[in-house]
Amino acid sequence: MRPETSERLPGLSLGLVAGACLVLLTLIGIVEAFSQREIVSGVLSMGEGLLLFTGLFIAYLAADRGLRSAGAGRALAAGIVCGVAAAALLGGLVLLSRAVNLRQVLINASPAVFQMLLFQQEELLPGLALLGATGLLAGAAAAGLRLLPPVPRKAVTAGLVLVAGLGMLQDTVYPVLSSWGPLGDIADWVFEGLGLSRGGALLLFLAAAAASAAWAVKGQALRGGIEKLSPAGRRGLRFAGLALLAFVLAILPQALGLFLSEVLTIVGLYVLLGLGLNIVVGFAGLLDLGYVAFFAIGSYTVAILTSPELGFFSLGFWQALPFAVLFGVIAGVLLGIPVLKMRGDYLAIATLGFGEIIRILVLSDSLRPWLGGAQGIGKIPKAEIGAFEFAGPQEIYYLILAGCFLVGFISWRLRDSRIGRAWMAVREDEDVAQAMGINLVAAKLLAFATGAGFSALSGAIFASKIGSVYPHSFNVMISINILCVIIVGGIGSMPGVIVGAFALVGLPELLREFAEYRLLVYGAALVAMMLLRPEGLWPEATRRRELHEGEIEPQAEPPAAAAAGRP
Amino acid sequence: MAMLEIRDIHTYYGNIHALKGISVEVERGEIVTIIGANGAGKSTLLKTASGILRPRSGSIRLEGRELTRLAPHEVVREGIVQVPEGRRIFGRLTVLENLDMGAFTCSDRRRNAANLERVFTLFPRLKERSRQVAGTLSGGEQQMLAMGRALMANPKILLMDEPSMGLAPVLVDGIFETIRRLNEAGTTILLVEQNARMALQVARRGYVLQSGSILFSDAAAPLAENEMVRKAYLGEH
Repeated sequence: MRPETSERLPGLSLGLVAGACLVLLTLIGIVEAFSQREIVSGVLSMGEGLLLFTGLFIAYLAADRGLRSAGAGRALAAGIVCGVAAAALLGGLVLLSRAVNLRQVLINASPAVFQMLLFQQEELLPGLALLGATGLLAGAAAAGLRLLPPVPRKAVTAGLVLVAGLGMLQDTVYPVLSSWGPLGDIADWVFEGLGLSRGGALLLFLAAAAASAAWAVKGQALRGGIEKLSPAGRRGLRFAGLALLAFVLAILPQALGLFLSEVLTIVGLYVLLGLGLNIVVGFAGLLDLGYVAFFAIGSYTVAILTSPELGFFSLGFWQALPFAVLFGVIAGVLLGIPVLKMRGDYLAIATLGFGEIIRILVLSDSLRPWLGGAQGIGKIPKAEIGAFEFAGPQEIYYLILAGCFLVGFISWRLRDSRIGRAWMAVREDEDVAQAMGINLVAAKLLAFATGAGFSALSGAIFASKIGSVYPHSFNVMISINILCVIIVGGIGSMPGVIVGAFALVGLPELLREFAEYRLLVYGAALVAMMLLRPEGLWPEATRRRELHEGEIEPQAEPPAAAAAGRP
Repeated sequence: MAMLEIRDIHTYYGNIHALKGISVEVERGEIVTIIGANGAGKSTLLKTASGILRPRSGSIRLEGRELTRLAPHEVVREGIVQVPEGRRIFGRLTVLENLDMGAFTCSDRRRNAANLERVFTLFPRLKERSRQVAGTLSGGEQQMLAMGRALMANPKILLMDEPSMGLAPVLVDGIFETIRRLNEAGTTILLVEQNARMALQVARRGYVLQSGSILFSDAAAPLAENEMVRKAYLGEH
């Protein structure tokens, strides 16, 4: 009938994709690994939640496709077909597991996980029926969600996200909240066992939904109200906002406790690294895969200059820090010079090689007296200001925070400066940038040097935080991780770096079960991002424009041009 | 003395002798065109003149100043500005941001504002679309933007590389009309073009380039009448 809906059953192809995803998640063991945690105690474990939310998400996409091609009825049908198809594949997997012993090949195909898929039913048939019914209901629910008007749809989504998020993070959030006096009583009621209590889940869902709906209804008026304020009033409001932010950032380590502060310092180091790489890759468009080299150079400079183990120098952290940054910058220029003429893939490969060279150098036996070899360098002193020692994560947090502010400020000023404009031109079209009178050599070397300096700063703090440096801390995966952070956050976007670091570095630290599946989750996140939100979570304006031209262009066009019409 | 003097230039790509002793002169206020077949060396000549390729021997002078050894970005500052082949606008930036990028070498705000006004007067279309993403402009508008961007750099002489390339025949007339207007407004232009017929209509003088050497040069009108030019470049028999 319609060319775009060539499939006879709407949603079938996406349903099979969903089924394949769910079967894969089950067979690799991630579902079982997550089953220890609960989202809502006694109702939904995290393993079940993973399957359910994956299924819901894909059924939502199927319904969306159906709605675009043929309206509400088709959307509902597509969602249901998708859900049933996915459940059918899972059911098929259960049947297969009964017929042959899958565990001989797939060690994670345990009876427990199949029992879970059958909703703990003794008999096969009722279990399969429940599975099918769940698929059907989930599909219908996803389609129903898609068919809601935008405001309630966002409200429901916000509720689901909050419940799923807090349920998953129960073991980090609950201990923190219960230490906060009166909040502790509420926390005791909201959380139960290893997840949320039923009442707590309902309360959180309603609260998030209400907040989202209220923002949708009143947000416009609120923003309008702020705009109507006098300049002085607006300045006051902004000042109050900044003061609140500063206060929250200042008390964070005390409020969150040791473990979460440690997570924050790791995220912070990635933010520092990400902001630096963002200058090279995001601003100047130079794909650098050897970025970890400068991180290593910063770390090793501090180690060599401060550690009594080698005994060359015994400087303090603050005396060593400028040298670390300086050597980072010099290394950035040294890497930059030979790769000036390279572009794209060639540049990526050359920089990748540079990163490996540095790692192999610090690992080498012949340089061991100076660089420590495979044993690394230990006894690196902590940074101190007067009597205050940046000893544990709760103190080092402030050092990293200061670093992030410094680097963020410099990045921001550079982006809006003349050199920022030169980088933008180089990123968009090198040859033309040159024809506009931009000195390519200077622009590229400055990008490499600035990025490398930030990376070395991060490395210096890292060395002092860990107290020792080892070659294996500086492998190519660090470079890849940082690149993932800025891609997921939004290439070229500074807030994006922060969002990306929390999503890709913070979350996996909180969900320890993730550790084993970290690369898988990275891969899946990257693929999903490229398909659904290629501009990143918090995109930079140029990228957003490029990828959503149709949606933004009408506003960007001044009325005169719109009236004149197209040529 | 001519404004731009290119004297006995030899340019090589590795071992390939691409320009074999070329001399071209452009007087202030004129349009000079260089016509020739694919691979004759037209683009190589422009790249050499703008400093992207370095000649092995010969000299390039602008108003008597020696430019031969300068880097490309320094050549732009001296006043030789390119309108690159294939337009090469910054497709993801807005029209205004593109023009702004053209003014990179000049940090005098008042001068940039005056230049912008001049560009918008020449190309009112660009003013209407100043906040539009440049990649969404039509081909003709993109060519205008490429010219406007070059004008923002305060050129003493514009080097235009195949401005009509890839444009619909209807638009080609418009582009050459624009080149004529630019020239009437005082811009000196060195125009490289495969569309020899149009190029010889707007130019005052022309050079015929063949396999890296100047075959001959003359005023535009006699060139257009020349038997050999008509056969080889104007497609007449």
